[in-house]
Amino acid sequence: MLEDSLEDRRREQRLVTVRAMVAAGFVLLGIGLILMRLTHLQMKMHEHFSVLSKDNRVKILPVSPTRGLIFDAQGALLAENHPSFSLELTIEKIDDLDATIAELAKLMPISEKDRARFERLKRQRMRFQAVPIRLNLTPTEVARFAVDSYRFPGVDVHAELIRTYPKAALTAHVLGYVGRINESELKSIDKGNYAGTNFIGKGGVEKAHEDLLHGRVGYQQVEVNARGRILRTLENTPPEPGQDLYLYLDTALQQAATEALGNRRGAVVAIDPRNGGVLALVSQPSFDPNLFVEGISQTDYDALLYSPDKPLYNRAVRGQYPPGSTVKPFIALGGLATGTINSRKGTYCPGYFSLPGQSHRFRCWRRGGHGTVNMREAIVQSCDVYFYSLANQMGIDKLHDFLATFGFGARTGVDISGELPGLLPSREWKERVRKQPWYPGETLIIGIGQGSFLATPIQLAAATATMANHGHFIQPRLGYASRVPGAPTAHKLPTVSQTLDVGDSSYWQTIIEDMAQVVEGARGTAKRIRSKDYRIAGKTGTAQVFTVGQKESYNAATTPERMRDHALFVAFAPVEDPRIAVAVIVENGGHGGSTAGPVARQVMDAYLVGSKLVQDQDQGEPHGD
Amino acid sequence: MATSPFWADLDWNVRPTEQGLLRRIHIDAPLLLGLLVLCGFGLMVLYSAGDQNLATVERQLVRLGIAFGLMLLIAQIPPTTLRRWSLGIYGVGVVMLIAVLIIGEIGKGAQRWLDLGVVRFQPSELLKLAVPMTVAWLLSQRPLPPRLLGILLAMMLTLFPVVLIAKQPDLGTSLLVASAGILVLFIAGLSWRMIIGLAIAAGALAPLLWMGMHDYQRDRVMTFLNPESDPLGTGYHIIQSQIAIGSGGISGKGWLNGTQSHLEFLPERHTDFIFAVIGEEFGFTGIVALLGLYLFIIFRGLMIAARAESNYDRLLAGGLTLVFFVYLFVNTGMVTGLLPVVGVPLPLISYGGTSMVTLMAGFGMLMAIETHKSKK
Repeated sequence: MLEDSLEDRRREQRLVTVRAMVAAGFVLLGIGLILMRLTHLQMKMHEHFSVLSKDNRVKILPVSPTRGLIFDAQGALLAENHPSFSLELTIEKIDDLDATIAELAKLMPISEKDRARFERLKRQRMRFQAVPIRLNLTPTEVARFAVDSYRFPGVDVHAELIRTYPKAALTAHVLGYVGRINESELKSIDKGNYAGTNFIGKGGVEKAHEDLLHGRVGYQQVEVNARGRILRTLENTPPEPGQDLYLYLDTALQQAATEALGNRRGAVVAIDPRNGGVLALVSQPSFDPNLFVEGISQTDYDALLYSPDKPLYNRAVRGQYPPGSTVKPFIALGGLATGTINSRKGTYCPGYFSLPGQSHRFRCWRRGGHGTVNMREAIVQSCDVYFYSLANQMGIDKLHDFLATFGFGARTGVDISGELPGLLPSREWKERVRKQPWYPGETLIIGIGQGSFLATPIQLAAATATMANHGHFIQPRLGYASRVPGAPTAHKLPTVSQTLDVGDSSYWQTIIEDMAQVVEGARGTAKRIRSKDYRIAGKTGTAQVFTVGQKESYNAATTPERMRDHALFVAFAPVEDPRIAVAVIVENGGHGGSTAGPVARQVMDAYLVGSKLVQDQDQGEPHGD
Repeated sequence: MATSPFWADLDWNVRPTEQGLLRRIHIDAPLLLGLLVLCGFGLMVLYSAGDQNLATVERQLVRLGIAFGLMLLIAQIPPTTLRRWSLGIYGVGVVMLIAVLIIGEIGKGAQRWLDLGVVRFQPSELLKLAVPMTVAWLLSQRPLPPRLLGILLAMMLTLFPVVLIAKQPDLGTSLLVASAGILVLFIAGLSWRMIIGLAIAAGALAPLLWMGMHDYQRDRVMTFLNPESDPLGTGYHIIQSQIAIGSGGISGKGWLNGTQSHLEFLPERHTDFIFAVIGEEFGFTGIVALLGLYLFIIFRGLMIAARAESNYDRLLAGGLTLVFFVYLFVNTGMVTGLLPVVGVPLPLISYGGTSMVTLMAGFGMLMAIETHKSKK
């Protein structure tokens, strides 16, 4: 019994010992498995994981370049970068957004406007892109947040340079503005180059010269932790700052042109015919571009967008108006160049013109007619019948082709974004767009700059400058030169030019003298703007807003203001040595001679008479050839 | 001298009759030495993994002190007393588990803690000891190997608390408790045929287990199968810990120089994923040394089991030692990407007090078993 029990106990002990040894075997097997795995990870795959580990901690951060400044011809600053602090939220890093904003509101005022802008930008953002909740923090607010910042993961004070436009509304239509890059712009830009940039040119010169103003992005190789906090910089490739841009624009003249238009809707474009430089470009009413930089509030935007005066609409390059009688000198030149007429031959004006075999009367603006007029008299008095007849003789094809050489119906290519081409009708255009044949009557209407013929103020100014230059067309430009910040010399921007051939170069002088008589002649339609200081060559124009019926007559007094005719005037001066070409349109302003002419005169006075003064104050920025 | 390793000087064949000083106060010198070296190394790693915050190390040191104290205290208890208490401790543990579940129902959510006023206590930890004790008590009633009835009873005693813990839900602990019961059965000589049968049954039950899992638990399994499928979500832990270990190479990046851990890429680096910090900073060499240390402790435990006096002592010592190994294997397997992510700490090194106290209490029992042998 005792023997058995002892034997049993020995057997049990042996059993447990064997099991313990088996277990030891399993333990060794398990440890072996782990070691095999470690051999794989730490020896075979070591290189691979080393790279991954380095990738983990080393991040390439873009460093955005500073946007180039914009100066006017006198070196006055038109667009600058102003340091500003904003409070930004990275939504992906914040657990409870509402609570965080509520806590922040205890530190600094957060208005409804701020919240609305935040909500709007939040929808437009990319993943992990910070969204500002407060802009323009005061130093006190920055300090107050800095003390408590540990409580706000995902919230940062962001210092950035904010574009400001010191001349505000005065230069809004010239410069455009910059704003935060939106989804659609993201698709068209070089994402690498814009990796660190929040702003992009949205219109005007800012958009047209975006490449030059933006510069090249720089990079920083930094060591970061898992939460993206930068611990140290390993390598630094500084950004190439955007180039400063010098414009032909003369702020004093821009101011004078704005004042000349006053509170009337319209546009003024002034070009230096010698180099194509845009001296002034005004579209009234205007707006404050500074509102747009940080994202305009919906209320402000709606107010601008839905105003009947359309302040956001750049009339100077996007306004397409019937050029009216301002095209008559060009058509007359076309008549000479194509050999259709000579300048001395007279045409009888009974007050209307009818095509042979048709009863429809195309009326002259003077109901009683001008009697027999030659080319000069026709231009000076703006006789419609003379030009009906001339257009009819030239035919639409020659008329179209000649006017096209002056740039009508095509964008001038001025460096302001958003320019529209106007419309120079042709037989081909009508068949293509309207699916109708060309009617001879339409040719007559084109002859006096009406019908479907549309031109922009910049086109009219460019064509007038070409006339002043005896056919030397220079593409209108705002950008004169660019300079890499810190570089000793500026680099002149290229210009595009071409010369028109009209067969006999004396034709230019003929037409220019005719245009001078518009101002100087006893019967000239613009005789009231005659100056004793310099000679002006010009042409008035009236663009119909709505068509007067055959039996009706147009009466300005009884027509609602917005249906009244647009007043136009093109001019250049001095006649002998043109230094400025101007196109003016006053919407619903009535007659060109009485409304638009004086505006042009004021602009030319400011430039030609007042320019002495300006030149004395020249701050020495390079300008002129 | 240089040719003989340090353990050559240790007294491996201490006879129960010999009365050394340590033996008189019921301390097993090799086990104590192994544990001290391991814990010392652990503190060093913790200093690095815890962003060189001395306060973290101090708190861990206090816990270690308490745990060592408890170990020495338990070592004074004769195994015969432990055996008598087994069923009682088990009963108390199960009652507390049920209490936790009921409180959890009311509080809506995962509930593991029982607040006893003075200390917060995790009843599931108690079961890590109570289950092997009870199963050893049960199986030592009859001669080994156990018969079918004994096996079935042992299985029931094990699975009942396991289910309760899994419901908390705490997959890691329930796994450890289940393995404790099964490992005691294994040491007791469960026939190989039964072992294979049980393995097949477990395989058959796997789909059922899958159905019963919480979403986050399924996520972990799915992530284990394909960590790259969700690199920023559940796969992040595994990917980052493999990068940490792999980039450590053979010699490691050096103490305090692990970029993965110091730049905070490695999540839970001072708790469950501390093994990756060791891999990154000490490399393959350091890990081999660490695993050697663990092996030493485990083998000492198995030795204690093999030469214990009674069946209860043998089964309990073997069970506790093997659970310690399961801890090690599950944690290192998880961190190296061999096993799915289960919340099991690296024993005696991971930051945190609960598992450490339980483990040291277990080592206290091992010491008691080794040192309370009756004189011949």
